[in-house]
Amino acid sequence: MIKVEGLTKRYARHVAVNNISFEVGQGEIVGFLGKNGAGKTTTMRVLTCFLPPTSGKASVAGFDVIEQSLEVKKRIGYLPETPPVYPEMEITSYLTFVAKLKGIPGADIAKRVDEVCERTGIGDVKNTIIGKLSKGYRQRVGLAQALIHNPPVLILDEPTSGLDPHQQREARQLIASLSGDHTIILSTHILSEVEQSCSKVIIINNGQIVASDTVANLHHRKGASEQVLVEVSGGPANQIKQALERVAGVASVQSGEGKDGLAAFEVRSLENHAIRPDLARAIVQGGWNLNMLRPMGESLEEIFLELTKSETSADKEKEEEAPAVLQGEAQ
Amino acid sequence: MRNVFTICGKEIRSYFTSPIAYLLMALFGLIFGYFFFSATIVFVNQGLRMQLGGGNTPMSVNEWVIAPMLGNASVVGLFLIPLISMRLFAEEKRSGTIELLMTSPVRDWEIIIGKWLGAMAMYLCILAISAINVALLFAWGRPDWRPILTGYLGLILQGGTVLAIGTFISTTTRNQIIAGGTTFAVCLLLWVLSWVSSYNEAPWAQAVAYCSILTHFEPFSKGIIDTKDLVFYISAIFLGLFLTSRSLDSLRWRA
Repeated sequence: MIKVEGLTKRYARHVAVNNISFEVGQGEIVGFLGKNGAGKTTTMRVLTCFLPPTSGKASVAGFDVIEQSLEVKKRIGYLPETPPVYPEMEITSYLTFVAKLKGIPGADIAKRVDEVCERTGIGDVKNTIIGKLSKGYRQRVGLAQALIHNPPVLILDEPTSGLDPHQQREARQLIASLSGDHTIILSTHILSEVEQSCSKVIIINNGQIVASDTVANLHHRKGASEQVLVEVSGGPANQIKQALERVAGVASVQSGEGKDGLAAFEVRSLENHAIRPDLARAIVQGGWNLNMLRPMGESLEEIFLELTKSETSADKEKEEEAPAVLQGEAQ
Repeated sequence: MRNVFTICGKEIRSYFTSPIAYLLMALFGLIFGYFFFSATIVFVNQGLRMQLGGGNTPMSVNEWVIAPMLGNASVVGLFLIPLISMRLFAEEKRSGTIELLMTSPVRDWEIIIGKWLGAMAMYLCILAISAINVALLFAWGRPDWRPILTGYLGLILQGGTVLAIGTFISTTTRNQIIAGGTTFAVCLLLWVLSWVSSYNEAPWAQAVAYCSILTHFEPFSKGIIDTKDLVFYISAIFLGLFLTSRSLDSLRWRA
């Protein structure tokens, strides 16, 4: 549905997006993840024909964003970072205006306006002047505007920014309900949002894609080695440590200070070993109290932070390694 | 074409949902009313004096009242029109709604013509206020309607030119005050360009003076439709709108 090949966007002084390529299939929800200024918005603006790429190609539903921009625009619903609303207009007249711009036949406009108002939960305020609405409602009007012509592709730039947690959940549910019929690209820096609503994640940093995969695959990126955090009480720390080291499949044990003076250990397994049941058994057999046993599988947040570390950070070695590997995956 | 009307209609509504339309109409009504009052007083006094002096040459209302009044209105237009055009694109750029327009299946020229027509409609509403005074003249006198019509045609053409220039300037900034101020300065300059010819006879000075907006208006107020003035205004409108489209296009490249 969306195809981007070798896309580069250069502004006067800096390169915003550098040679990125990705594809989004029909009905997928893709999360665009990255720090502020990573190039998310620029990429979206290219896809919506707002900005032309400096080099490279992008196409939506088979139409090129430069050569056939009108066809692309007909098929895209776009919610920019700030909802593009006219504060002096009422919601209904605003949506009617947008509907006309998007080329909806006159006879269908009123029906479509009602439908999207219903869908985005602004039906009860639809005669209010937009300038008087709260940020959350304005965002919904923005979403309604993007949906009005029922486009096959939705591009949402930080659809939940500025909303309270309750509204964020509603927005996420709405977006999830749109999947299937619509192909959606959304950008965000809220990681849990991506985990909840996206089938695929593209992590972008300094204008380059550093990871592009499904959420599940990203979680298992580190391979099969498992890391477990164990908190134990009721015994001397070094004795417990030794017992844990004896468990089959354990590669290393690091002791640390747990909460309330409990002994805590970070246990790393050898590859392809599930060590949690054996760890638990060893502790119980030693006559100690097992307070906590938690897998430390990388959360999306850790992956994200690691992948988007700035280049000046101390462990540059690791930094250079990761993008190289993942670039391969992305293509 | 439908898109042009959609955008034009939205612009007109924007003017009338904000105080600016009413403010401009009121200001123009006030100023034009004063012109009308002064011109008629002068006309009446002069007429009385002529009669007392025993002279019997008829005085023309057109020459004494309408022509100076329309001439003044054209100057007032230069001051008021930047207030109409300044928001056209600057406001959209500031609020981000330009992204909506430019990512909708609408061509650039449709946006530009739509906005310019919307601003023209606003300008016509302002001009319409002056019809009250002209109607008074018809009620108590017998002015010739033809120079009035050409005078209004001139005002419309001149307004269209200034609006086209203002539309272009509005695309270059996101600040309405800068857009309005610059448009005003440019218009003022275009007005006083004609001074050049008064102290210089060289061909280049004549050419510069030719670019003055107001010199092309004078024939209209006297009832003369000269092709060279028509051509001047229409090509100036095209130039302004063409520059707007170039500027809008360059927005995409510069972002």
